[in-house]
This record gives sequence, structure tokens and C-alpha cells, in this order.
Amino acid sequence: MSQYLLLRHRELPDLDKLSGYRAQGGFETFKKAVNDMSPAEVLTTVKESGLRGRGGAGFPTGLKWGFIPNNLWPHYVVANADESEPGTFKDREILENNSFQFLEGLMLASFAIQANVAYIYLRGEYWQLAKQLDRQIAELEEAGLLGKDLFGSDYSLNLYTHLGAGAYICGEETALLESIEGKLGQPRLRPPFPAVAGLYGKPTVINNVETLANVPLIIANGAAWYRSFGTEKSPGTKVFSLSGNVVNPGNYELPLGTTFRELIYTHGGGIPHGRKIKAIMAAGASSTIIPASEEALDTPMDYEEPQARFNAPLGSASVIVMDETVNMAWLVSKTVNFFKHESCGKCTPCREGTFWMNRISHRLVSGNGSSADIDLLDHVAHQIQGKCLCALGEFSTMAVISGVEHFRPDFETLVGN
Amino acid sequence: MNELQKRYPEDVAAILKKYPPEFRRSAIMPLLYLAQRQDGHVSGRSVTDIAELTGLSTTDVTSVVGFYTLFHAEAGGRYRIQVCTDLPCALRGADDFLALLQKELGISVGETTPDGMFTIEEVKCLAACHRAPMFQVQGDGDITYHEHQTVESAMQVLKGLRQQAQKSGKEAA
Ligand SMILES: Cc1cc2nc3c(=O)[nH]c(=O)nc-3n(C[C@H](O)[C@H](O)[C@H](O)COP(=O)(O)O)c2cc1C
Ligand code: SF4
Ligand code: FES
Repeated sequence: MSQYLLLRHRELPDLDKLSGYRAQGGFETFKKAVNDMSPAEVLTTVKESGLRGRGGAGFPTGLKWGFIPNNLWPHYVVANADESEPGTFKDREILENNSFQFLEGLMLASFAIQANVAYIYLRGEYWQLAKQLDRQIAELEEAGLLGKDLFGSDYSLNLYTHLGAGAYICGEETALLESIEGKLGQPRLRPPFPAVAGLYGKPTVINNVETLANVPLIIANGAAWYRSFGTEKSPGTKVFSLSGNVVNPGNYELPLGTTFRELIYTHGGGIPHGRKIKAIMAAGASSTIIPASEEALDTPMDYEEPQARFNAPLGSASVIVMDETVNMAWLVSKTVNFFKHESCGKCTPCREGTFWMNRISHRLVSGNGSSADIDLLDHVAHQIQGKCLCALGEFSTMAVISGVEHFRPDFETLVGN
Repeated sequence: MNELQKRYPEDVAAILKKYPPEFRRSAIMPLLYLAQRQDGHVSGRSVTDIAELTGLSTTDVTSVVGFYTLFHAEAGGRYRIQVCTDLPCALRGADDFLALLQKELGISVGETTPDGMFTIEEVKCLAACHRAPMFQVQGDGDITYHEHQTVESAMQVLKGLRQQAQKSGKEAA
């Protein structure tokens, strides 16, 4: 068996060309689905595969598609290529090198919910990628794989790209929809959920790029095949973006359930300069900081274990590694600065809380803080929790609370007295 | 007369075609990028043009410009040098890289070189954390990534941009 389901381009370099992708059977699955399968069959196979959303929340994909009502039309699919969580660069590699597999997944998702239009929302910095996708979409139209009455059926599909413009919050699915609608990228109140009232008020499925890239293989090879990778509750492989103090940072596609140790040491080459590992963040800047104990290193990376053991959700699986020289108060000052910058300002606890956490942590790191500031920082973080409209507010508190809890001495050494 | 439409008739038509006709408002972001293509920021005139094309008020358009970091209401250098100093890059030396680059260019973050060529900006994660230090260049209607950088290699990139600007300046003349 090949090692890769998603990063197949590493073994098949021509995959980035339409001819190369088609030489591997590309778009045959989509053709077969439109010609010989019902939308419900596609949906059922995805449901049975146990595929879970790779954008962060791990929500079962088939279940999500199943929420789309059949008495409200039109339907939309939106691919989330906003990829802005610090430490995350997996969708980029898929889009750069294996975009046809992603596009076929998006097309299968569209067929499954009978959407005739789908949008790909890319972060503004993926400017070149949007141009590339526009060219590739035009190629697919020319090849008769997109457009009206596909393969003589009555199913039509068009894809469009839409560029964001530098706002992390637009990765949050309802802010993303607002952004496509030409409004400020601020999250919506829920309910109603996008499945009922999404883009332009119509039923909408939003999926991450990596999630969609799994779909062609699932439909081609079946749910049981897909379940042979990963764990019972977290099937499949995952692209882990590894960054920070490691010898070989980069993307690694591994079965869900692989341990942190295997990712960091076997694949990532361990910690440079003979230093010791100090801490791990599993979900980018939104992570709980996990002290790198032996138990932590042996924890399987899936949607259950890190959460259960360390209150550390896997999120987008952006694993940031810190060596023993990193001061965790400094680290927290980086993460809260990020969230202060990215808070959309819609709700007061998040807007004010990230402002204060940024100010206090900056004061600590610049040597002007007091030990009361450490408690204040922790207190502000707790004040934010549970009071925000979207998950960004919560995310902003994760590193703060776990940092103060597990690494208080790092904060105390910065306090002059 | 709508100058944006006059200058880029095909682009404007292609943008409007992407969205349902009753939701022209969706075209605002692509139109803002188009407006920035010429001189790197959104002029007051373009705001009026875009408001007209999308059926919005100029206030609506201005607030969208203000919300997103890649839209600029103010003129800056021809090229915006956007250095990522977010956590993963910082763990691999991005803060030092930025400090040295500022010294080399003789300007601080937010400032523009006297010849109007470069503005340095500090930005959040650009999904290139494994290739830090890195920066992107926004200018001439384009965004390009430069990864695995040192101050020396960065100065080479800037030199190339300066030449590119001179060349296109000559062509325009
Ligand atoms: C602040 C914030 C930022 C997010 N950023 C992204 C992102 O960049 N890409 C992404 O796919 N999902 C992101 N998400 C998750 C999306 O809201 C959504 O759950 C996801 O796109 C659904 O797709 P999936 O089910 O395939 O994972 C973000 C969520 C929040 C709260
Ligand atoms: S929690 Fe923060 S980012 Fe989310 S809606 Fe509220 S202010 Fe905006
Ligand atoms: S932190 Fe700089 S590119 Fe991700």
C-alpha cells in the first residue's frame, strides 16, 4: 500500500497536472457518481467511512451533509481554504500539489447535496493559489468535467474561488459566509445553522480542504477500506503540520492515532542542538500547552486522547514544539497578541479580554510586571471563557490558562521585585 | 463615469459573474483587490466606484477596507514587505530577522523607505512556518512568498524588486 492518501503527489509528481491526475483514475469517481450513483449513496458511503472534519472541530462529515434539507433550494458547498491558524500549512501543500483531488472531493460533496454552485474561500495570501485554481477550473470546464448537464445527466456544477484579505476570523464558518456576502467577516449568531440558512440564506455545507480531499478515495475504495486507517473513532490519515523547535519541520501524513513521539522524533528528527523538549501545542495558537512528559509523548494524536488526557483538543493538528530554552510567558505573549489582533470585535469579553491579556503579558515579558499581573492574566482568561459568540474567544484563553497552570515559574522569573 | 469599470471592463464583468445577480455585494472584495492593482491602496475615487458597482454606500465599502489587513486605505511603499513574526516563525528566529532587516533598511515597522519603494510590516502566520524566517511581498497587484530567508537573501529580493520597478517605470514612460 502507498503511504499517502492525501499527499500522493510526493510519490506521483504529475498529479498537479490534469493529465497526470486523470492517468491515476482521477475524476472517474466523480463521473461514476454522477452517472451511476444516487446522491444518497455518496452521502451514505461518506457517513459510513467515519470521516471527520479536518478544519478543527472533527465533526462527522457525512452527518453534516445529511443535515441539508430537501425542501429548501438552492444548496451551496463552500470549501474552507482560509488556513490561518498559526502553525498550519497542510491545506497549502494539498492545494499546491494535489489540488485536483481536492477539487474532485468538492465536486463529489456538491453532487451529494445537489449543489450546482460551490465556492472556494481562500485566505488572501493564497493569491497565487487562487490564480492556479482558476486556471484548473477552466481546464475542467473545457474537459467537460464541470458545467451544464454533466456527462449527459441533468446535473450541472460550477466552481468559483473567492479570496479573503487577511483575517483569521474568516476561517470560522459563519464569518466566512459573511465575508463571501461582502460583509465584515464577523460570526453569525446560531441558530440558524448554515445547513439551513448558510450562504445567501440557503442550505450550505462548509468543509475544510483536507476533509474534501479524502472524499474521492472514500467513494472509490469504500468505507471499510478507509476505516483500515486510523482508529475506530478517528478513521483515516491526517496531515500533521509540524513546526517550532524540531530538526525537520514540515507536513507529515500519518494515521490518526500516531503518537506525538513518533511525529516529533521518528519523522521530525527530534529537537535540534541536543536540547530537551519542554512543551507541545497540538492545535496551533489555539492549543492548550501540554508539558512534554513521557506520557504526553506517548499520547495518540486523534480526536479523543489529547482532549481526554490534557484538555487539549487536536484541532487542526498543527503541532508546535518548544525546547527547554523557551519561556512560556513569552510564548503566551505571542499567542495573546495574535488573538488580540484577530478578534473581530463583535463581543465585549473577547475584544476587551484579548486587549487586556495582550497588555498584561506584554508588561510581564518586558520586565515591568508584578506577580499580581500573573494572577490578573489568569483571571482575565477565565472571565472570557463561556461568554463569547464564537470559539475564537475560547481559543485565546487556552495557552494562557494552561501556561500559568503548568509553567508558573516561567512567569515568575520575569517579575522583578 | 465609473473609472474602475472603464479601466478594467473585462475584470469587472468576470467578477460580477461569479455571484448571483441579486447579491452583487459579494463582489466587493475582488473589486477592492482590483482597485489596489494600480497603486497599492484604495483611493477615495475607487470607494465611490465600488459602492456604485455593488449597490452599497461608501461607508459600507470603507468599513470593509478597514476590516481586512490586505486592503490599504493609505498609500505605502510600492512594495509592502510583510514579515511573519508569529509564534512558530518566532521559534525559528523571525524576531531577530525582522530586527536586522529594519536596521539594514534604516526604517522601522510601519515606515517607508525615502524612495517610496518599501514599507515594512509585521504580520501574523502566513502558513509557511516550516520555512521561517519568511516574508511576503504585496505590490504591483500581486502577492509573493519568500521563504527560508536570511537578511542577505532578503536584500537580494528587494534589489530585484527595485529593478523590476525601474523596468516597468521605463516601459510606462
Ligand atoms: C476562529 C476560527 C478559525 C477557524 N479557521 C479555520 C480555517 O482556517 N480552516 C478551516 O477549515 N476551518 C477553520 N475553522 C473551523 C470552521 O469553523 C469549520 O468548523 C470548518 O471549516 C468545517 O469544516 P470541516 O468539518 O471539514 O472541518 C475555524 C474556526 C474558528 C472558530
Ligand atoms: S468571540 Fe471574538 S472573534 Fe468571535 S465573534 Fe466574539 S469578538 Fe468576534
Ligand atoms: S508562523 Fe510564520 S508562517 Fe506560520
